[in-house]
Amino acid sequence: MRAKLTDKIATFFIVVFSLLIVAVLVGLIGFILVRGLSHIDWHFLTSVPQTIREGGGIGPQLFNSLFLLVLTLIITIPLGLGAGIYMAEYAKPGKITGTIRLVVEVLSSFPSIVVGLFGLLLIVNTFGFGFSLFSGALVLTIFNLPLMVRITEQAFRSVPKEQKEAGLALGLSKWKIISSVLFPVALPSIVTGTVLAAGRVFGEAAALLFTAGMSTPRLDFTNWNPLSPTSPINPFRPAETLAVHIWKINSEGLAPDAAQIAAGASAVLVILVLLFNLFARWLGGVLYKAMTASKRMG
Amino acid sequence: MKTIDERPVQVQPARGTRWKKHHAEDVAGRSYTFICAALLIVIILSIVYFVASKGLATFFRDGVSLSDFLFGTTWDPEGNNGEPMYGVLPFIFGSFATSLLAALIASPLSICASLFMTEIVPGWGKKLLQPVIELLAGIPSVVYGFIGLTVVVPFLRNVFPGQGIGIAAGAIVLSVMILPTITSVAADALASLPRGLKESSFALGATRWQTISRVILPTVLPSILTGVVLGMARAFGEALAVQMVIGNAPHIPRSLFESASTLTSVITLDMGNTVMGSAHSNALWSMALALMFMTFVFVMIVRLLERRHRI
Amino acid sequence: MIKMKKSLLMLCTLALVVMLAACGSKNTEDTSSASGAATDDKSSATELSGSILAVGSTALQPLVEQAAQKFMAESQYSKIQVQVQGGGSGTGLTQVAGGQADIGNSDVFAEEKLKDEAKDLVDHQVAVVAMAAVTNPDVGVDSLTKQQLVDIFTGKVTNWKEVGGKDEKIVIVNRPASSGTRKTFEKYALGTSTEDLKGSIQEESSGTVKKIVAESPGAIGYLALSYLDDKVKVLKYEGVEATVENVTSGKYPVWAYEHMYTKGEPKPEVKAFLDYIASDAVQNGDVVELGYIPVSKMEVKRDAEGNITK
Repeated sequence: MRAKLTDKIATFFIVVFSLLIVAVLVGLIGFILVRGLSHIDWHFLTSVPQTIREGGGIGPQLFNSLFLLVLTLIITIPLGLGAGIYMAEYAKPGKITGTIRLVVEVLSSFPSIVVGLFGLLLIVNTFGFGFSLFSGALVLTIFNLPLMVRITEQAFRSVPKEQKEAGLALGLSKWKIISSVLFPVALPSIVTGTVLAAGRVFGEAAALLFTAGMSTPRLDFTNWNPLSPTSPINPFRPAETLAVHIWKINSEGLAPDAAQIAAGASAVLVILVLLFNLFARWLGGVLYKAMTASKRMG
Repeated sequence: MKTIDERPVQVQPARGTRWKKHHAEDVAGRSYTFICAALLIVIILSIVYFVASKGLATFFRDGVSLSDFLFGTTWDPEGNNGEPMYGVLPFIFGSFATSLLAALIASPLSICASLFMTEIVPGWGKKLLQPVIELLAGIPSVVYGFIGLTVVVPFLRNVFPGQGIGIAAGAIVLSVMILPTITSVAADALASLPRGLKESSFALGATRWQTISRVILPTVLPSILTGVVLGMARAFGEALAVQMVIGNAPHIPRSLFESASTLTSVITLDMGNTVMGSAHSNALWSMALALMFMTFVFVMIVRLLERRHRI
Repeated sequence: MIKMKKSLLMLCTLALVVMLAACGSKNTEDTSSASGAATDDKSSATELSGSILAVGSTALQPLVEQAAQKFMAESQYSKIQVQVQGGGSGTGLTQVAGGQADIGNSDVFAEEKLKDEAKDLVDHQVAVVAMAAVTNPDVGVDSLTKQQLVDIFTGKVTNWKEVGGKDEKIVIVNRPASSGTRKTFEKYALGTSTEDLKGSIQEESSGTVKKIVAESPGAIGYLALSYLDDKVKVLKYEGVEATVENVTSGKYPVWAYEHMYTKGEPKPEVKAFLDYIASDAVQNGDVVELGYIPVSKMEVKRDAEGNITK
């Protein structure tokens, strides 16, 4: 009897604690959304911030966050895929492989502020890129790369052995097996993982304070020449992302509605992360279906 | 004879070019992927080199002794009371105290959550908690800090003596931030347990809690500890959220509700105000070096735990 | 399948090209930016063009940002790009002394932060910032003398009733030791540097200081005049109210210049920008609007050592 009673009590506590976590999340999201949603409208999402007047928006910051994400992915994906494929398919157990594995682990738990300072020292000052989107993207790459490597490696390793062996039996080269047999199968989980990891880029602020900068020049959204300083797609201009903007107005905001802007921007950020999660799941599912179907046809 | 002679001549070059193409493809692919992997090593070496070159200057150029730095309790980098003092023990203490406390709060919750997902209601439990965990991981640290300052700090101020700011507030904010890390590692470990283990325990007439507490948890303990250490590593390195709620006084606090500092909070606070190359700035870089060193220590602990787990 | 392979190959080559391009631009960047600046100098004889990077003090950032926006909107300067960055006075001075930035914004005299490099820097004082001690509204004190402030910030006085307020513990909300705001406050309000007391709170940003002072019972801190509102109680210093008139006339001493440093004499386009900020339109318009005090209005002057001249 006592065992059964303990069992019931223990189960009760486990359930209560788990629900507590759910409650914390619901509370957090609720708090952010309730405070922020009322402030979000089209004007807020598209207009430029104001220094001391009311009615500032977050348009450039929102664009910067998304553009920085794209830049980061352009740099990260080829490198991360390559390194992940190497780890999964080519690496033989040995000193180099062991070192790379260690490096991936260390890099993925590096404090963002240390990486940010490194970016300030090397990328911003020594290389002379200055506070720019490009510097920010390089620093974010340092965060994202280990995640990307891990995702790719796991995805490749989880492909059934038979598929690889069938390829080998056909006399295909190793690269061909990787690119046309393993890669399509691994793609859905790589994509899902990448999109989830990309969500982190949105939230990063500590490292970007030192690299992408804390201000945005006047942007001319009709100017799409990537070399013009007023062009939104010039990667060598400074850019304040949404997360950095929240940090800035929380700390130095002079506008009378600074608190509402911070709340609204936080809500936008959380909604974006939410959308990213849903999108990752949906895309993973769609790709999985497409890839498995195409194989049957082939 | 002729036809037989000609055949290999016709086929061989074809085979040769195809083989060459395959080979070239293979070499290109192999080199490309290797370069990508090697780049990781280049990145980490350059980070270590640059941070160390700045951080070690404190000891070699500014003549601060390592023991004064690590064990000194007076932080007065501007020399407001005579000689500048660079004792960072209060910050090291603050970093360890907040991350340990955060791990203490988060671990039981995370273990419960992972048990809920895998043992209690494996079906909808996972469906419910998985997205919750992922979302918690996705909320930006700036937002956590902001909520800490507007919700946690006033709450602590009203309930406990003091200003609500301090290690307790920092640890509470951090514990929510590291919940996802510990939970996902623990849940993975629980899910990978062989079914037979559990079933044989049930077959012996053990209740669920007996099975969990005497069979499952001891088996996955190293993995759970891995999760806890990874969570602590994240807490140790978190900067903005902690800096907003901890108060930043450069002293070892007398209570959990008194203003304190961590390594990261001091770096964020002071880095912008110091001139690169000055002794003060170098001392901050030394702290960054210490943070980096701690990351290595955490990773080593994780590796040790995993090795034990494999045996 | 074949199509897929081809597209994959394309993707990989594309990735490589992007990488190479990135590497290539990395190598050329250093040299091209230097030569670019040189050619800008020459062409500026006819019409000013080029880009200006101003980095540093977050306290000065709003003013420079707003001035830069208006400056770029002027037709004769439309070819000049001004970029403004925060990062703190230390970062600003580092970058201007190191040549990465054209202008270093600072809350303090460069001599206070730099040693030899300060000689190369040319000071342009663009505004004055005054600070006031603020408290939580509930402490029941509305004026403090210099000695009382010193006693509070050095920890000799720990309860508000000792300086004529309620029976409540004093909570100090300070700035970090490296902060320009703290340097100004210590130098001109306290007349002495203080150590960081146990249990005192340190925040770098004005917004956070204001929030904590407004919410914590018994809290005292200090803020620039532009951040003051009715959420916090503004204290008189030696009975003198912290108003613009009292600052300009020299009655209220807790103020400091906001500096924009250039390395050597400024380039023509930088000079044009600095002249623009010093113009009456900005000084009497934006400077006042953003809560700073125009330098031209000051009836007293101060040098790096703190000596005041009329």
